[in-house]
Amino acid sequence: MQFSEAWLRSLVNPALNTQQLGHLLTMAGLEVEAIEPVAPAFSQVVVAEILSAEKHPNADRLHICQVNVGQQQPLTIVCGAPNARAGLKTACALVGAVLPGVPPLQIKPAKVRGMESFGMLCSSKELGLVGAGFASVAGIMELSSDAVVGQPLRQWLNLDDSLITLKLTPNRGDCLSLNGIAREVAALADTLLTPVDCTPVVATGDATHLVSIEAEAACPHYCGRVIRGTDAAASTPPWMVERLERSGLRAIHPVVDVTNYVLLELGQPMHAFDLAKLHGGIRVRWAKAGEPLVLLSDQTINLEEDVLAIADDSGALALAGIMGGASSAVADATADIFLEAAHFTPDAIAGRARRYGLSTDSSHRFERGVDPALPSRAMERATRLILDICGGECGPVIEAGPGVAIRAPIVFRPARGRRLLGVNLSDGVMRGILQRLDLRVVGEGDAWSVSVPSHRFDLNGEVDLIEEIARVHGYDAIPPVAPRGQTHMLPAREGKRTQHDLKKLMAARGYQEIITYSFISADLDKEFRATGVALPLLNPIASQMGVMRGSLMGGLIQTLKHNLNHGQERLRLFEIGRAFLAAYADAQPLHAAGLAFGTVHDEQWGESSRGVDFFDIKADVEALAYPLSVAFAPTEHPALHPGQCARVNLDGVDAGWIGALHPRLVQNHGLAKAPILFELDLSALLGGRAPRYQSVPSLPAVRRDIAVVVDEKQSVSALLNAVRAAMPALVSDFTLFDVYQGKGVEQGKKSLAFKMLLQHTEKTLTDSEIELAVQEVVGILGYQFNASLRR
Amino acid sequence: MNLDEILKDAEREFAAAASLPILDQVKARYLGKSGAIPSQMKTLGALPAEERKAAGARINQAKDQVETLLRGRRDAIQAAELERQLAAESLDVTLPGRGEAVAGLHPVTRTMQRIEALFASIGFEVADGPEIETDFYNFTALNIPENHPARAMHDTFYLEGGNLLRTHTSPVQVHYMQNFMKLAGSPQAFLSPSGGERHEAAISGGESLPPIRIIAPGRVYRCDSDVTHTPMFHQVEGLWVDESVSFADLKGILTDFMARFFERDNLPVRFRPSFFPFTEPSAEMDIGCVICEGAGCRVCSHTGWLEVLGCGMVHPNVFGHVGIDAERYQGFAFGLGVERLAMLRYGVDDLRLFFENDMRFLKQFA
Repeated sequence: MQFSEAWLRSLVNPALNTQQLGHLLTMAGLEVEAIEPVAPAFSQVVVAEILSAEKHPNADRLHICQVNVGQQQPLTIVCGAPNARAGLKTACALVGAVLPGVPPLQIKPAKVRGMESFGMLCSSKELGLVGAGFASVAGIMELSSDAVVGQPLRQWLNLDDSLITLKLTPNRGDCLSLNGIAREVAALADTLLTPVDCTPVVATGDATHLVSIEAEAACPHYCGRVIRGTDAAASTPPWMVERLERSGLRAIHPVVDVTNYVLLELGQPMHAFDLAKLHGGIRVRWAKAGEPLVLLSDQTINLEEDVLAIADDSGALALAGIMGGASSAVADATADIFLEAAHFTPDAIAGRARRYGLSTDSSHRFERGVDPALPSRAMERATRLILDICGGECGPVIEAGPGVAIRAPIVFRPARGRRLLGVNLSDGVMRGILQRLDLRVVGEGDAWSVSVPSHRFDLNGEVDLIEEIARVHGYDAIPPVAPRGQTHMLPAREGKRTQHDLKKLMAARGYQEIITYSFISADLDKEFRATGVALPLLNPIASQMGVMRGSLMGGLIQTLKHNLNHGQERLRLFEIGRAFLAAYADAQPLHAAGLAFGTVHDEQWGESSRGVDFFDIKADVEALAYPLSVAFAPTEHPALHPGQCARVNLDGVDAGWIGALHPRLVQNHGLAKAPILFELDLSALLGGRAPRYQSVPSLPAVRRDIAVVVDEKQSVSALLNAVRAAMPALVSDFTLFDVYQGKGVEQGKKSLAFKMLLQHTEKTLTDSEIELAVQEVVGILGYQFNASLRR
Repeated sequence: MNLDEILKDAEREFAAAASLPILDQVKARYLGKSGAIPSQMKTLGALPAEERKAAGARINQAKDQVETLLRGRRDAIQAAELERQLAAESLDVTLPGRGEAVAGLHPVTRTMQRIEALFASIGFEVADGPEIETDFYNFTALNIPENHPARAMHDTFYLEGGNLLRTHTSPVQVHYMQNFMKLAGSPQAFLSPSGGERHEAAISGGESLPPIRIIAPGRVYRCDSDVTHTPMFHQVEGLWVDESVSFADLKGILTDFMARFFERDNLPVRFRPSFFPFTEPSAEMDIGCVICEGAGCRVCSHTGWLEVLGCGMVHPNVFGHVGIDAERYQGFAFGLGVERLAMLRYGVDDLRLFFENDMRFLKQFA
């Protein structure tokens, strides 16, 4: 909300300068967003009257003007403006004046084409008076004929004023008016408020109009009034135009201007109908489905049944509390008007304006709440202003509706206030603050009864009163304390790892963490989603961000592409975030996903370079999983190469995938080669176990290597698992160290070399014991996998 | 050959031996079975008995001298060989190391870890909640009924079926307190200040003890995208509920936090009244601009202050929704924007960089 500081000061004038006033408001929760002077600094510019303007003998476009600036002698001033003419009242910068500019312009006596000139007649632009409220005419300023010659221009145009913009929170609808802000300032600064004159205007005629309310819950109070015979030629007085313009509103029509003025002054939205355009009585009712209405803005809308309408016999006339209609609007020729000042409840208005793409001063206020006691006062205020400006005769105020019930007092316990705020405010201080806010406090002792005035509809409970006390006392005046409380150590589960542990581990293995949007394009989601259903947003920012991701792989691929386009050649990326399998709470698991692309290491000296492959990344997954037991089994995934894709099993639970990007997607995404990807369920990864000691063997282990030949399709993990499962007691470790195909190995077969460690905890093994154990292992491999010992 | 000559020859020949194998060959000529010294020994038998002892002593002395010469030469050769080896094996130690380079964490993660660590140091536990939320958790339970103007401040993404993407981390408050009360069995048993009951309840629930002291970091979503808004960003929610946690405590904790986060002991702060439906009283917290030190700059819009978080005392209606007795218990909540703090801390001037994931940006935070 923007307003003129001078207007505010006409209602309340605390001994504070502009900055201090702004600080007071901000620190009381009415955040000042901006304070801008109405006019830039300039001096010695006065109202002047051109007495005569003669053509310059040596220049076609220049005038030699005799100018009355209120001094004994007129000044001679040479002026080039086309509108310089005798009788015009304008702005004159005297010799010695400093005008705004970079650098500021100093006015000195000058000779213009041989003629002496003592000052300068000014355009609004030369004075920096641009923007709202200063009509821009070609040439020098044109002031009204009643301007007082010799008076400083700043004074005549009230330029020593500032525009203050407040960023009000939605609960403070009571401050969406000058009177509301003034009331607040008066309470905060503990000064006097000048009340707005709302004394009843005695009816001078008997014209009335039928008003009926069919939706009393939505409109509990409606005030109407007929004013006949207004002067269609009347114009809005300059003081009102100035205040409207400094509040960001343009003057339109004197009657409309008065309703807008009252809205700004008191906070009550009003509407004026052209009486001649009404057909029968006013009805406040819910709209009929599909009922058409042409708004003041010429927009045609079709109403819905939960929209409140002001109607007459011809149909809907206006969107109640939001905007009037075109058919009944006041126009230049309007003489008789019907004025409306009604109370609509927030529930009846909220959300409707937005639905039609509207946001009006009226809906903004009604959505937040308007003082239910205002319609009657606003009606009197508007009537008086209209009669003053436009003349005419007014009928009696027409009242309809049951009115708004008075709210029950709030129980307030001063001790509760002290406990919640943590500061030892006395009863007297708290009572004083409540009273300054126009709250009526009854009772003494532990529990007071506090009645809230109608304009503080935001105060509904004890905590609201506590906030008021804190706010007026000043949040800054509540000293911060170091809290005391029960202390408990947080659980420290040694068998659990944290997300941060994993992130550090990934980074240490060369993976850069990224954070990508949780929504991706429908196509990308389809390519990578392995489980769950697509979850489209109803109102996405863009179609590329239209669907909640079912996999983190899509974001990794997009990030890969972005960085390849920006000159990177080798990337290792990871992200931890949610995948969305369904819209309920348990179907949004956290995943950890990674991608590797390019060479296995950064280009470096002394090593031949090779591309990263499945097994490089498998080692990373194994490292990530450690100390969980991890197993891999061939499987399929929609986005991964069917022959280079494994299901990852962590401690017996299927927990994700690892694989090379499917060649089809490699091509779709324009990649030169396939990145290796993995995606794991984070909760499975976070498992771990606290270590458990086992005795360390005192005797050295014996190593035996064996090589066997098996079918090339044979899964190595099957061999390892079979041996480990049936392992003779003496064998303490059995691992693969080489895979070989080629010369010496039959086509279609492969040779596998295993390292076997044999260990007895108490004695040294004999050769025959060792030989027996080796034979046992060879037997298992031969029997189960048709493996033959390679000689 | 007399012993002096033998010694002279040995000295010369040892010195001429260029390597240990050659030296060994030379050694054999003097000390080997048929070498010069043993040969001398063999002559002893031919000497008269009274001369034998003295002659033997001379030979032994000569043998010692040969051995000393030999040792000396051996040491010299070994030293020379080590020299040669060292010279041959010397590296250009300024060549770069090989292997995998270490990568880094995202600046948002860095910032969240920092926030979590600071709050963990005073006993705040990390809590989590879903990102696709229901209207109840995101709004209703937080005292934001339908059509409340506060909803207009949250540009919400909706999914089919009425679910939505959470617009703030505050719903985690509700989830946490609900679970807390469920585990507790009954509010009285769990939150009663008399220790015995509380412990029993906590043990049977197997989860945290009162007071409730959590922070909830995570992603949030608003349907807004321009230079200063991304449709997804991160918040950290904080909540402390106990019997007497007050607004003064709130000020104390957050003042402490900002000073520690920015590592500035005397960081100016101020609290302004504000409005959030789920807290009352509500406040916005400003810190003195960390960019210009309060002198006024573009970042603080020349005010010298930066708005960094919203906070307040938990509204009794929120306690009502989770079944906590608002007459007895009170507490504070706050929510802060992680990207905002990261930008201020690291001097990042464009929010959108956080989600472009350009390596030239991310690598700066390793």
